[in-house]
Amino acid sequence: MPTEPTAPAAPDAPGPVPDKVRFDGVTKRFGDHTVLDGLDLAVAPGERVTLIGPSGSGKTTILRLLMTLERVTGGVIHVDGEPFSHMPSGPSGRGGRGGRGGPGGPGGKLVPADERHLARRRRHIGMVFQQFNLFPHMSVLANLTEAPVHVLGLGKEEAAERARELLALADKADAHPTRLSGGQQQRVAIARALAMRPDVLLLDEVTSALDPELVAEVLDVLRDVAATTDLTMLCVTHEMGFARDISDRVLMFDGGRVLESGPPGALLDDPGHERTRSFLRSLH
Amino acid sequence: MNDLLPALPLSSGPPASGFLSSDLLSSDFLSSDFLSETVRALPSIAGGLLVTLEATLLGAALALVVAFALGLAALSRRMLVRGASRAVVEFLRGTSLYVQLFWLFFALPMLGFRLEPLACGVLAFGLNYGAYGAEVVRGSIAAVPAAQTEAAIALGMGPGLRLRRVVLPQAYALMIPPFKNLLIQLLKATPLLSLVTVADLTFRIDQLRSATGGTAAAYLLLLLLYFGVAVLLSAGMNALERSAKARLGQEGGGA
Amino acid sequence: MWDMEAARAALPVVLSGFGVTLLATVLGFAVAVVAGLAVALVQRSAPRWIALPVRGLAAFVRSTPVMVQLFAVWILVPGLNALTIGVLVLGLHYATYLSEVYRAGIDAVPKGQWEACAALSLPRRRVWRAVILPQAVRNVLPSLGNYAVSLFKETPFLSVITVNEMVHEANSFGSTHFAYLESFTLAAVVFLLASWPTSLLVRRLEARLAH
Repeated sequence: MPTEPTAPAAPDAPGPVPDKVRFDGVTKRFGDHTVLDGLDLAVAPGERVTLIGPSGSGKTTILRLLMTLERVTGGVIHVDGEPFSHMPSGPSGRGGRGGRGGPGGPGGKLVPADERHLARRRRHIGMVFQQFNLFPHMSVLANLTEAPVHVLGLGKEEAAERARELLALADKADAHPTRLSGGQQQRVAIARALAMRPDVLLLDEVTSALDPELVAEVLDVLRDVAATTDLTMLCVTHEMGFARDISDRVLMFDGGRVLESGPPGALLDDPGHERTRSFLRSLH
Repeated sequence: MNDLLPALPLSSGPPASGFLSSDLLSSDFLSSDFLSETVRALPSIAGGLLVTLEATLLGAALALVVAFALGLAALSRRMLVRGASRAVVEFLRGTSLYVQLFWLFFALPMLGFRLEPLACGVLAFGLNYGAYGAEVVRGSIAAVPAAQTEAAIALGMGPGLRLRRVVLPQAYALMIPPFKNLLIQLLKATPLLSLVTVADLTFRIDQLRSATGGTAAAYLLLLLLYFGVAVLLSAGMNALERSAKARLGQEGGGA
Repeated sequence: MWDMEAARAALPVVLSGFGVTLLATVLGFAVAVVAGLAVALVQRSAPRWIALPVRGLAAFVRSTPVMVQLFAVWILVPGLNALTIGVLVLGLHYATYLSEVYRAGIDAVPKGQWEACAALSLPRRRVWRAVILPQAVRNVLPSLGNYAVSLFKETPFLSVITVNEMVHEANSFGSTHFAYLESFTLAAVVFLLASWPTSLLVRRLEARLAH
């Protein structure tokens, strides 16, 4: 039965290589509304995980928590085996002891991370948004070079070079983002995220705001990214063909919990839950 | 220049009585007398116009600084800072510009501080309109979509960088139209200066009026001059707004 | 320095002026509300040869200092008492602001509302009375409140044409008793005490109507 498939990394067995991302009993509430309810989830380095499920099931919240756009209500998120949503209590928080391995286990007491800790840790995570969120007051090229220059400290030329490697800008470099088609805007947004050389890329319904005929060009770019890099990817999407192409694992969410998970072939073709089956049918 | 002082309306007696007591009913509209006097008074009028412009622009510059300081403080994460900003804004808005100017000019010297009349005006305009501008700054920054800040966070940008490079450039375009209104309001408040001995445009033209008896013509000229300045300031602000919108890629009229 | 005796003597004088200030505010705003609506409707519905000059005149009045307007009318229209002139000039000045508020409030009613009325063949009078105006009033009420507070704080301009409102009284008390500090500070406090709760009220109204 595919209800309990062999996941690449079981939540309770870190193994020799620490999980890239691990959620330990993560809960997220907005007021009285519980969006995530004690979620355990582990993602191995380089793994591609697709999150599916009805809207409001908490998929996007997982990405937003990882991007530090939201704070956990309960539980801890680890990245690279170190606490991410939290930090060790006491003066070490500002000491910046980076390289030590080992999760903040029973020894050190963990407290919710402050802004400094989050700012340092999120550097290696990038995100592409449903609505692109390009900066409207900057040219296409400036969108791509802004963060590499001002956050990473690259030279202007170096950043522009990096931008050109990521995206064939041609005559669009100085154009306004609003002058581009939706598909082109989303390709710029993908390149903007990649220009920061993240290890983890979060894709939040990146084709949902696009006209149907523009979806393919964006998905092709992402297939290419998946094929040519070893980025860890977490992807929320309703495009099941795309999920099948790039995912190592698909997670079906419902009501803030993982209903079932498995390799895309197994889960999408032969789901174990009636809820999953009706959800997949509703997409057609 | 000493002959300016007798026209000072409020230094003694009820306001404006000295200002307006003479020739109440004489209005030989556009008499040749008025025209030739006006021509002779042109340098004096131009000087008054310069004082009015100076007060307007200096007041607006101070107001801009005050508006940003109070507006950014109103967005602070610390409740104490937000509360302090709120209190200062309410105080400055609630006490009436007119009273503030007179307080600075008449009451402050009694506490041992004497400011130049023009400085009183610039300070009062800057503080009062700065308090109104603070709400413009706060509201415009709050109106920049949260998604823009999120995108900046996702690119690893810190709070200062986000504000400077992402939020403010977009908020700027939203600020210009309300700032334009405040600028015109400020210009329209500057005749108050004539009540505290500053020889602004109103003061000079009132001198001309007293000298010629051309009451209606003098006031018509005065209103037209203010209107002209208002039109020029509006045109300048509209040009700023167009360029700001073009930078956001909105010149096509789309939002 | 602050003289408590002088302040005690100034308080009744300042407060007596406050009565005139309130009167000027209420009457001036009443003029503004009615005349503003007239200007808005003329600009919307009157033939162009009336609407255009009215629009131009409104823009002129709106863009020039109310203090100069007060002087001009006071001198050019003899025979009216100063308070009447003050109320009319301040009221008409604010009418030019309010006409814009009304215009925006009516424009903010969605086009679909007009189309729905057309689809139901509602008579024109019913369209305005039952559909458009109730929604427009919701749109303009907070702005009207803000302008009322603003007009209140501009009533001291009336002192330049000898209306004995609060600042006029504070000024004459200050000059005769050489107690400007006490009289103007009291006037400022009275303004603050009166305008602050009112603007809080307006803000609450704004928040409630936003839903």
